Amino acid sequence: MNNLFVYCELEDGIIADVSLELLTKGRSLANQLQCKLEAIAIGHQLDTIADQALPYGVDTLYLADDRRLAPYTTIPHAHILEQLFRETQPQIALMGATSIGRDLGPRVSSALHSGLTADCTSLEIGTHEDKKAGKVYDQLLYQIRPAFGGNIVATIINPECRPQMATVREGVMKKEIYDANWKGEVIHLKTSDYVKDEDFVVEILERHVEQSRINLKSAPILVSGGYGVGSKENFKLLFDLANVLGGEVGASRAAVDAGFCDHARQVGQTGVTVRPKLYIACGISGQIQHIAGMQESAIIIAINNDPNAPINNIADYVITGEVETIIPKMIQYYKKNTK
Amino acid sequence: MNLNILVLAKQVPDTRNVGKDAMTPEGTVNRSALPAIFNPEDLNALEQALQLKDRYPLSTVNVLTMGPFRAAEIVREALYRGADGGIVLSDRAFAGSDTLATSYALSSAIRKMGNIDIIFCGRQAIDGDTAQVGPQVAEKLGWKQITYAETIDQIDSEKIVIKRRIDKGVEHVSTSLPVLITVNGSAAECRPRNAKRVMKYKYARIPNELQNSNEDYISLYNSRDFLQIGEWCVRDIDCDLNELGLSGSPTKVKKVENVVFQAKESKTLSSSDSDIESLMIELIRQHTIG
Ligand SMILES: Cc1cc2nc3c(=O)[nH]c(=O)nc-3n(C[C@H](O)[C@H](O)[C@H](O)COP(=O)(O)OP(=O)(O)OC[C@H]3O[C@@H](n4cnc5c(N)ncnc54)[C@H](O)[C@@H]3O)c2cc1C
Ligand SMILES: Nc1ncnc2c1ncn2[C@@H]1O[C@H](COP(=O)(O)O)[C@@H](O)[C@H]1O
Repeated sequence: MNNLFVYCELEDGIIADVSLELLTKGRSLANQLQCKLEAIAIGHQLDTIADQALPYGVDTLYLADDRRLAPYTTIPHAHILEQLFRETQPQIALMGATSIGRDLGPRVSSALHSGLTADCTSLEIGTHEDKKAGKVYDQLLYQIRPAFGGNIVATIINPECRPQMATVREGVMKKEIYDANWKGEVIHLKTSDYVKDEDFVVEILERHVEQSRINLKSAPILVSGGYGVGSKENFKLLFDLANVLGGEVGASRAAVDAGFCDHARQVGQTGVTVRPKLYIACGISGQIQHIAGMQESAIIIAINNDPNAPINNIADYVITGEVETIIPKMIQYYKKNTK
Repeated sequence: MNLNILVLAKQVPDTRNVGKDAMTPEGTVNRSALPAIFNPEDLNALEQALQLKDRYPLSTVNVLTMGPFRAAEIVREALYRGADGGIVLSDRAFAGSDTLATSYALSSAIRKMGNIDIIFCGRQAIDGDTAQVGPQVAEKLGWKQITYAETIDQIDSEKIVIKRRIDKGVEHVSTSLPVLITVNGSAAECRPRNAKRVMKYKYARIPNELQNSNEDYISLYNSRDFLQIGEWCVRDIDCDLNELGLSGSPTKVKKVENVVFQAKESKTLSSSDSDIESLMIELIRQHTIG
């Protein structure tokens, strides 16, 4: 009772990384709260799930196995969580901020009347004093997230309602096996007690992997390359950096004209106007037609081997040096300091 | 076929345009320094609704927005682009609502409207980026939901087939009406304003906007139904006051901290390992990356 719960998201019978990261975080929070770590996996053919999950320190693993429960659809998964949460009364419930977690979480929170905080970047345990009501709350979950377009960081709490629910994006928490020989209990739920035939109201006709169209405008982070990147091959470095940071790749016109990159990626007066949270200009001199399309970016990093490049005048960070050496280092030190 | 379609749209501060004066020295948000706009993905939602109306011209598209009186701008904007009407849900009792209390108020208003076949929402609002209100409304109504919709492939009285964009690709799903659909930013952009409609609806108002109007206008307003935008307060919807506003919101903001951006006084770094590592650490700390 009043334990910490993690919803394990499955993709082809494998627990998603984001869920394993949450199990790791959940284990350490559960130790701090001196409660148990519970987890649930919902899907079909779940024989290997226990071996995958238990080493992360799961005390109780619930499995709901039914052919109709995979792939994910909203209502059956939501009904299982709702009822299980009513039965087990967890104090905290965590799920990935994925297209599944963000579809499921609000549905469950609405049914249980519990607060949900999306996209947390940090989770901590702390106290809260409500001076007006003269109440002190111990051991609340601090749900910390950037708010307001990323310009402020807010700490959200749910003093009264349970479970305290939060979603977290992949890669924010660290995944670490707790104990390879950890013994936890596995409970097979009788799915017919939790879902009814009428719950299967959405049918998945087809699923396939498809690259999304390039959408520079809505990317929070843009890694843009100019003529100074030198070649199409070197542009791959930019794609690598954009990939690890969760951003997109943009380009100057000179880079597009030189054939380093697709026209759809051009930023500037005759390209797209962007206002990302972070703009990394690599080997771009900073002519006015380019600047016009990106000067409102919140933070600008200029990487250029010319210390007097005009782009440096509007940059928050000026790195003087070669694109080829700097980008791999950025990737390396980003990974080192987030994992 | 004639569909009764509702679009949930929110007026939001334009957080994409946050300039240097958007934060007060105390670290709070200076809302007045930010223009109020139609939440971008709610325009994608409106477009999906209007496309269904193009297909089935006897359909109606209404907009529901909850916010202060000035949110009537959202309904006017939707009228300019092709909507048939709208309602502004406004009351002090809604102030301080989190997503759960918002979804309670919206779902109470939707129940009062009745007879709706499809509700379109944006995927998320840029002031909170939560993407919660749509699914929470669907749950409160006991409806199905399809999130991240990109196109409607097929619709008839039996079923609707929707293409949705998920993390690793796309999914085509089918379900029956009624359904709540949240529309992704990758869906079709909203059509622009129509000049004739702008002429027609320029003076559309909610009752609360009439206060300083002259008599000529008032008599015009009273004689033309299409100028009258609906305005509902708590009394107009059947709801429990404890579920609204701060008291109906399980989540509380304990603390906000300004992420301080230096002015354009740039920091100069070399390409050395230590310089690059300290830059990455600083960006992670600021929550710019990570
Ligand atoms: C009507 C009109 C419209 C235009 N519209 C656009 C537009 O929409 N978008 C746009 O981008 N441009 C536009 N331009 C073109 C614009 O004027 C510039 O020519 C263009 O932006 C220059 O691109 P660049 O900075 O990549 O190239 P360059 O100006 O050649 O700069 C290359 C930079 O890379 C640096 N560099 C070289 N090697 C390295 C290395 N190994 N490591 C690090 N740095 C290195 C150099 O020091 C230099 O600063 C337009 C021009 C006109 C006339
Ligand atoms: N106050 C509101 N009035 C009308 N619709 C809203 C309101 N708040 C949220 N929505 C709808 O819910 C979606 C998701 O909002 P959010 O959960 O805040 O990200 C928005 O895109 C709107 O369609």
